[in-house]
Amino acid sequence: MSNVLFDAPGPKGRARQRVFGTVGVVIIVAFLGFIVYKFNQSGQFESKMWDPFVNPNVIRTLANGLLNTLIAAVFSIILALIFGAIFGSMRLSTIAPIRWIGTIVVEFFRAVPLVLLILFIFLRYAHAMQGFFDSIGVTDVMDNLGLGRSQGALASLILGLTLYNGSVLAEILRAGVNSVPTGQREAAYSIGLRPTQTLRMILAPQAIRTMLPAIVSQSVVALKDTSLGFIVAFEEFVRSGQLIAANPTLRNYIPMALILGTVYVLINYSLSKFAQYLSNRQQRKTKLSPLKDPALAAVGPGAIK
Amino acid sequence: MNVLIDNLPDLLSGFGKTLALSAIAGVCALILGTILASFRVSPVPVFRAIGTSYVNIFRNTPLVLLFVLFIFGLPQLGITGDHLFAFAAAAMSIYTAAFVCEALRSGINSVNVGQAEAARSIGLTFQQNLSLVILPQAFRAVIPPLASVFIALVKNTAIVEAFGITEAAYQMDSLVRDHPQSIYAVFAGTAAGYIIIVFAISGAARLLERKLEVKR
Amino acid sequence: MRTKIAAVAAIAALALAITGCGKAKDDSSNQPKVDKSVSFDAGTKMEALNKAQSIKIGVKFDQPGLGYKDPSKSGPVGFDIEIAKIVAAKLGIPADKIQWVETVSKNREPFLQNGTVDIVVASYSITDERKQIVGMAGPYYVTGQQLLVRSDDDSIKGPDDLTGKGVCSVTGSTSIKTVEEKYGATPKPFGTYSECVQALLNKTVDAVTTDGPILLGYAAQDPDKLKVVGDTFSEERYGIGFAKGDTKFCEFLSTTIKDSFKDGSWEQAFKDTLGKAKVDAPKPPTVDACA
Repeated sequence: MSNVLFDAPGPKGRARQRVFGTVGVVIIVAFLGFIVYKFNQSGQFESKMWDPFVNPNVIRTLANGLLNTLIAAVFSIILALIFGAIFGSMRLSTIAPIRWIGTIVVEFFRAVPLVLLILFIFLRYAHAMQGFFDSIGVTDVMDNLGLGRSQGALASLILGLTLYNGSVLAEILRAGVNSVPTGQREAAYSIGLRPTQTLRMILAPQAIRTMLPAIVSQSVVALKDTSLGFIVAFEEFVRSGQLIAANPTLRNYIPMALILGTVYVLINYSLSKFAQYLSNRQQRKTKLSPLKDPALAAVGPGAIK
Repeated sequence: MNVLIDNLPDLLSGFGKTLALSAIAGVCALILGTILASFRVSPVPVFRAIGTSYVNIFRNTPLVLLFVLFIFGLPQLGITGDHLFAFAAAAMSIYTAAFVCEALRSGINSVNVGQAEAARSIGLTFQQNLSLVILPQAFRAVIPPLASVFIALVKNTAIVEAFGITEAAYQMDSLVRDHPQSIYAVFAGTAAGYIIIVFAISGAARLLERKLEVKR
Repeated sequence: MRTKIAAVAAIAALALAITGCGKAKDDSSNQPKVDKSVSFDAGTKMEALNKAQSIKIGVKFDQPGLGYKDPSKSGPVGFDIEIAKIVAAKLGIPADKIQWVETVSKNREPFLQNGTVDIVVASYSITDERKQIVGMAGPYYVTGQQLLVRSDDDSIKGPDDLTGKGVCSVTGSTSIKTVEEKYGATPKPFGTYSECVQALLNKTVDAVTTDGPILLGYAAQDPDKLKVVGDTFSEERYGIGFAKGDTKFCEFLSTTIKDSFKDGSWEQAFKDTLGKAKVDAPKPPTVDACA
């Protein structure tokens, strides 16, 4: 679209663009330069601010934090996919009460802030979930990896992320199935398939392909949201960074935030690129256009109805 | 249930702060996001690059990290004093602007290509094309995703309960501390407050959408 | 140029983080003596811990002087840590067999209830509400809520000067409730005390409030920028938390605390930690009876 908004510029247009471009670059460079100047003035580039990042214990703390973040994210995404499949199908059910339950659950978990949800789960259910984690052996595995035993926090975080992202994925599934041409459903009914069979055998396999990019984008959201684990003192990436930066001899919050931010952007940007690749491949293969970014298309009650 | 009634003033003042923060951050994010979106579709390559980098950086950074950077980082650059609310609003605006930008861009992309081509064929410039033809049509398509962005913004304000602001999530936290037996009621009450706000936003969006509906 | 190299090195090091490993030496000197020959009645918690030769102890990682872990060092340090080591030693468990688990104010009860930790020694005040959910032995230290302010700020001399001032404490703590309801301070909740102290240094808040020794620990780290003012305006009795209902374990913990008062190990622990923050060693408190 963006390239049809304007004609290919002629010589005059190109000259004007160059002027605008130069002015733009000058403003941005001036702004970034000001930030760098402020950083330099306040000693952000001093080596003592950056030295901790070569200390093996600091690196190990950060690496453990990143590993904790990834573990929480992977578990949450897998469980959210299952949750989303169940409640997404419920919302598509032909039986009204099942549909209502699906709607209430999905709308509730999408409307409640994740912080509130994680906090509540932790304050009320940390006990039960720790027992569950112990019994399935997760506690020992985490402990052997040197990641600590704060699984009451990890379990609360995973459950909170699962409920929220699962609800969003349920909406993505519903939108994906609805994007399959109605002729498919009618044809399935006409050969005598039941509604559940139609969903399972005809609609879902076609919808999956349109849904893939949205699912990957939602994984980025889940990965970012693991940082909310700080609220229950789960030592994920951001919190481990904060613990280091809080050291009274350092107080290197800015270098820490810049390094952590870079790592997050690298990971999430690669995931987004992967989503885009899936989306492009998808567009070539079928006539169905892929779902938009879930953050834009599927979040919020009433956003897609 | 009594816990909620007895502590209603605290809870309401908490939601007042939640709404104030959301409103200020929402307006700033809308302004910044619109500028960024026009950058992203601009004919000048440099502007497009700026818009794209901004979106890629801030959409992929956790909001918590931005709070850390703003609330603990900015004072180290010499901005000391009690600016918690301003810092929090700034961090939320900068984060949300990336999502506003993408919502607007997706709206612009939803307008039929023929519209832009027709506009160009009658000699409209980029600015005229955007402001007279594309944006008025894009606006309607933008409402649902934009509403989602604002809903996410309101929910994200809950993070500041651990960054010095006594908003709704903080009130829930302290109510649970004082009345651990009533944890279900406290959670349900606080959640209900957020649900009301969320449904108000999506309801308003739907109303606006219907009002702007074009009969063809 | 040097800074640039440091930055590049830092990023490179981060890239190697996955393979990164290494251990700092534990340089604590006054280790309590471990009684190897100790034996306990069969079926008790003490016997189980002694047999396992390992104990999980919940401590704080962000309270200098009490329980603090420098991320560039391997183990935590502080008064609570020393008390925990004394308990472990009585169980016949050497200090290097202790598994330190970080607890924050919010998760101490759940951690005890679900067995994430065996005991909690984390500036954990004995209160009737807590006693309904978890077991508490002690106190091993009696202190109270105080105020930490910037050295150059003379406007706050005690809790009565707090009206309208921004006071930081940890979200969901009782100390923030006290200053808000009794002294009319504006609460500014943060996630941890170190964030509170950072906010105080940044002039984002005017005071930090919590138990005196925690604040003294911070003041000792930044003596030219921070000071503790006023008398204690509450009584906090630090106890050792354990899973509710184990009377024999409670009696063991109480005896251990009393013994540490007598044999000097308590005073030694204090001198090595909080004593360094120029705090006079208080008189050992009277230990509660196990119900």
